[in-house]
Amino acid sequence: MSSKLSNAQIAWRAAQDIEDGAYVNLGIGFPEMIAKFQPAGRHITYHTENGVLGFGKAPPQGEEDWDLINAGKKAITLKPGASFFHHADSFAMVRGGHLDLAVLGAYQVAQNGDLANWRVGSKGVPAVGGAMDLVHGAKRVAVITDHTTKDGKPKLVERCTFPLTGVGCITRVYTSLAVVDIEDGRFVLREKLAGLSMDELQSLTGAPLHTQGQVADLIVPEIEQ
Amino acid sequence: MDKTIATLAEAVADIEDNAVLMIGGFGGSGAPIELIHALIDRFKATGSPGNLTVVNNNAGNGQIGIAAMIDAGMVRKMVCSFPRSSDPRAFTEKYLAGEIELDLVPQGTLAERIRAAGAGIPAFFTPTSYGTELAEGKQIQEFDGRPYVLERWLKADFAIVKGELGDTHGNLTYRLAGRNFNPLMCMAAAKVVAQVSTLTEPGGIDPEQVITPGLFVDGVIEVPNPQQEEALIRAGEVYA
Repeated sequence: MSSKLSNAQIAWRAAQDIEDGAYVNLGIGFPEMIAKFQPAGRHITYHTENGVLGFGKAPPQGEEDWDLINAGKKAITLKPGASFFHHADSFAMVRGGHLDLAVLGAYQVAQNGDLANWRVGSKGVPAVGGAMDLVHGAKRVAVITDHTTKDGKPKLVERCTFPLTGVGCITRVYTSLAVVDIEDGRFVLREKLAGLSMDELQSLTGAPLHTQGQVADLIVPEIEQ
Repeated sequence: MDKTIATLAEAVADIEDNAVLMIGGFGGSGAPIELIHALIDRFKATGSPGNLTVVNNNAGNGQIGIAAMIDAGMVRKMVCSFPRSSDPRAFTEKYLAGEIELDLVPQGTLAERIRAAGAGIPAFFTPTSYGTELAEGKQIQEFDGRPYVLERWLKADFAIVKGELGDTHGNLTYRLAGRNFNPLMCMAAAKVVAQVSTLTEPGGIDPEQVITPGLFVDGVIEVPNPQQEEALIRAGEVYA
């Protein structure tokens, strides 16, 4: 198998598609990395579920104000033009279709756009947070993920086997190997790593990959971690 | 009219056994730690209030605040969206032992159920959780070709919240992202007590800055320089 993109490179690729002026929610964890790769010259306003629009980087250690946190409960800073609001308004922004983009992580994404990303089984303490809200309402809902699990199983599947977060909600998937759109209940391959054959990519994908015209090379710069 | 409460003990004196108690805050941000700890003090001294249903986004962290309430054995049930934290031991132990119930509610649905209660709306339809295990047994209805899940309002007997400025009429402002669930819970509970960092006479808050109008608030207590849950957890503090 050919090499694959690092998490930072997947985040970089996803960041290229965020337009100037967009309002964006980045899920806790891996999707937060996308903010680091915001292309120069674009103004993007980040939303966090606990009630902040327009937050910036983490403050230096020792300068945290623990009333000023994001949904992951990490300390943040504010950018000029930031605003606060209560939780009902925050989720009105989400469900009400006011965000341009939400980006989430995934355990599995199905070809019909179903997402499983909140629990893998029935053991332990279930915790859902805002995941089931975030998949509804944003104009685009994208996933960033490794193309396969650590033991090589496909994460892009015919049907999710893990508990669902939302039904038919995902529109695009950025993986370590490819960029895939979900259209009319099918995976449509848009970009793939140049060194990877269609057969190789299909063998690592749990449902048919369709094409419409040219599949572009997935080109991402080297990024030092 | 003066809604000032003199002591923390008085502020939590009316919370009864078996009450549904809303506690403001998201993690430590906007969490009324001093009121929570006063409630624990009362329980330890008198054995009451016990058997509480606590509504909060989370289910406690470390060994302070809601986690300390759970450790003390006051909590029968948590209604929350995310019962995990950097140190979720208190809830996790009791949950896995079957000693505490969990009503898991998606975060936005939790907020809207509380808002609806405060607004007199007994139920509403939301797209959130459709097709998932959290929608099992709930009524589904299509509107304009899309399926939605029926959710009920969520009321409480009592709410304890944290504001920044308050006046003796109960008008409140909030500090930074500490707003979160606090204004919603003020509207949804039969009785509401707020701790505020600074308590002023009426007129001490610019009406344009008021976020929670005093009509939603029954009592206000000044707690200057309040403690921060996150700072206490990082310092390894234990409230027992």
